[in-house]
Amino acid sequence: MNENVLISLRNVAVDYDGERILHNIDLDINDKEFVTLLGPSGCGKTTTLRIIGGFVEPTEGDVFFDGERINDLPPYKRQVNTVFQRYALFPHLNVFENVEFGLKLHKVPEQERRTRVKEMLELVNLKGYEHRTINRLSGGQQQRVAIARALINHPRVLLLDEPLGALDLKLRKEMQVELKRIQQSLEITFIYVTHDQEEALTMSDRVVVMKDGNILQQGTPQDIYNEPANAFVADFIGESNIVDGIMHRDFLVEFAGREFDCVDKGFDEQERVDVVIRPEDIKIVPSITGQFSGLVESVTFKGVHYEMIVDACGYKWMIHSTHAEEVGSMVGMSVEPNDIHIMHKMEEE
Amino acid sequence: MKKSWLSRCYVGLVMFFLYVPIIVLIVYSFNENKSRGVWTGFSLKWYRELFHNEIILQSLSNTLIVAVISAILATLLGTAAAIGIFSMGRKARSLAMNITYFPIINPEIVMGVSLMLLFAMCGISLGYLTLIIAHVTFCTPYVILNVMPKLRQMDNHIYEAALDLGCSPMQAFYKVIIPEIMPGILSGLMMSFTYSLDDFIISYFVSSSTSQTLPITIYSMTRRKVSPEINALSAIIFVVVLVILIAVNVYGARQEKQQQKRYL
Amino acid sequence: MFKNRAVSAPYLVWSAIFVIIPLGLVAYYALTTRSGEFTLDNLARVGQYAPVIMSSILLSIIATIISLIVAYPLAFIMSRASGNTQRTYMMLIMLPMWMNFLLRTYSWMTILERNGLINRFLELFGIGPLTMINTPGAVVLGMIYNYLPFMILPLYTTMLKIEHHTIEAAQDLGATPWQVLSRVIIPLSMPGVTTGITMVFVPCISTFAISRMLGGGSSMLIGDLIELQFLGNTYNPNLGAAISMVLMVIILICMAMMNMFDDGEDKEAMLL
Repeated sequence: MNENVLISLRNVAVDYDGERILHNIDLDINDKEFVTLLGPSGCGKTTTLRIIGGFVEPTEGDVFFDGERINDLPPYKRQVNTVFQRYALFPHLNVFENVEFGLKLHKVPEQERRTRVKEMLELVNLKGYEHRTINRLSGGQQQRVAIARALINHPRVLLLDEPLGALDLKLRKEMQVELKRIQQSLEITFIYVTHDQEEALTMSDRVVVMKDGNILQQGTPQDIYNEPANAFVADFIGESNIVDGIMHRDFLVEFAGREFDCVDKGFDEQERVDVVIRPEDIKIVPSITGQFSGLVESVTFKGVHYEMIVDACGYKWMIHSTHAEEVGSMVGMSVEPNDIHIMHKMEEE
Repeated sequence: MKKSWLSRCYVGLVMFFLYVPIIVLIVYSFNENKSRGVWTGFSLKWYRELFHNEIILQSLSNTLIVAVISAILATLLGTAAAIGIFSMGRKARSLAMNITYFPIINPEIVMGVSLMLLFAMCGISLGYLTLIIAHVTFCTPYVILNVMPKLRQMDNHIYEAALDLGCSPMQAFYKVIIPEIMPGILSGLMMSFTYSLDDFIISYFVSSSTSQTLPITIYSMTRRKVSPEINALSAIIFVVVLVILIAVNVYGARQEKQQQKRYL
Repeated sequence: MFKNRAVSAPYLVWSAIFVIIPLGLVAYYALTTRSGEFTLDNLARVGQYAPVIMSSILLSIIATIISLIVAYPLAFIMSRASGNTQRTYMMLIMLPMWMNFLLRTYSWMTILERNGLINRFLELFGIGPLTMINTPGAVVLGMIYNYLPFMILPLYTTMLKIEHHTIEAAQDLGATPWQVLSRVIIPLSMPGVTTGITMVFVPCISTFAISRMLGGGSSMLIGDLIELQFLGNTYNPNLGAAISMVLMVIILICMAMMNMFDDGEDKEAMLL
């Protein structure tokens, strides 16, 4: 895997206005990989992207591209192109000229320019829009122009900064599929920044979760979802119930006033931990057979499932189930040992 | 880093160019000597003479009277005009706006002589009346251009909402529309006031020797070779303007901050 | 309805009486003799003053071009500065404009004259004295000094609208700093350039005080010529009106040329 690494950030830190906004990041990105930087706003994901694009110079650390240090390389000399957050299309140029822009800079002959722009517009399904002005395009169409414009120079890496943020839900889903298709057909690396966990899980080969300028966890979408490294990741990636617990010994944890078997080990004895349980992993059973029981406070229909809030042992538990229970009724709940995720408490900031 | 150093130098150079003449004026306002070239010692003599110069004081009061009256008239006329023009259909609106742009684009000297010809033909003798008419004429377009965008930004439904909630059309107009466009009206008023204070060229053609405004007096003083009171006058004007501008900017910055806080 | 066209009537009447009729009067005077008969003599006589008109145009063009060259980088630097810095720069540029231009021009007399500041300074090095005042150069300097802010402000306003992302996008696609300037920033700031040119050229070509104060008798401009016909010794409003007509035509030509470069959007915002 290592010979495949295209971009490496080594110990990269960034200060802005005297404040450290990126803390010594180490990150390798492989060739032809779809990597997503995921995190809430202000987590440093866009800064990381801009370092790779060449718009932010790291205060400390090194950036390598294909084995070469590129810290001081200006953006226009990098084999990387960016799809900007609000597209940043050139308002004085039409669709064709926007896409053509990069080719013109590289003095590509006119005939070739025309065929390449045509191909590219076909790739992003914008055939026939060549002479439209930018302000007469819908958000989705502008998005496609931005992608075509960034891809025309055949970059080895495409950086995408929340490219779908301004689109409505349905269009966003369509574009997710389309971006994945484009990435696979062109066989280039995509580095994708988003705060939308669902987007990250659907599209990526690898997800990098960031918070407050640090990388919290990286791995395949499955890993991240099933084995979150800490309560923050668990909460950020999908909904979770997070409660305080005490690890009595390996494979035995206490929370909600009783002991549960679990599959985690390697904690200190009597260590205070976070216990994370996904809402769909709590089964509702008759209150006598449940491991613990509580009062149903609310039931909301969510389309595929019902979302219930159950008050038990001092916590409000969120439960997803295909069956609705009566509000105000007592229900029992049970959890399988391998659905209980134990995590070290995060240090308080 | 090198780049920002270079751009700071450039800004500094332009600012130097803009401010050297003003600094020179202020420094020489404290010069005891009458001649511009020689520095003989610090003195407040010219300030004293300035305040005893009947012509200057008279023209200052002329200027203020004319500016206040014409700014108020222009604001009333312009605000009503903006609302009326805003209500027009496309074609009529663009015609009215072209008429509005005209005095702004037309060279002042042409406007000055054309008004002078009009007054001469109608036999109106030059004086306060002609000055005020001329000032209202060139100030009103600025009021319209300040109020118009506010009308356009306004949500058209707020007037209907006010009616819906029980306002009479008059009440709705005064309680909803006017407050909404007030910032535009005020900046139009301020702009008119300052343009009127500052105008030289048009006033030059439509005033008489008894109704001279300050800029005209200044012009006749510069025609005489030596008139050090001008320096003192400049210094005072500069300080007044500086204080006003700083106050406005501090106020603006504070408001912006408050707004940002509100969004946070 | 608060929408009421009638409330604009007083303004429209006012404009008709004090803007449109006076212009008609200018045209009338330009085309008649003193006794009121139709003639083209006045316009023909303007031809005598062709050298004055040409030198007015030339000096104004020079002043406009230098203003553009000086203002362009400044406006760009301003538009990229942080909010507070921008506010400060704006204030520093507006501040001199609030002082009457006669005062500012008067100050240049102090600086440029024969025993003025520059010559006294040069004297220390044994140079001079140079003749600076009462030259066309001094007039151009006065024009630039007085109207430079009119160039900076519209440029700054259009450049503010250029998103930083747009510049980054160009760099990202491989544009060198020079290419970013020529292919993105200049095309996008064209509306500001044309407005700025108009806003500097028009007052330059029609000024009379600046040339009188800094040019002495050396360079008479169109404005001086008009003023002389109305208030000077050679009282001749018919000829003055004819010259005014010519001045307006020159300005119309200038504006038409500027309009060819952009479609005239946002004119309103620019003028304020």
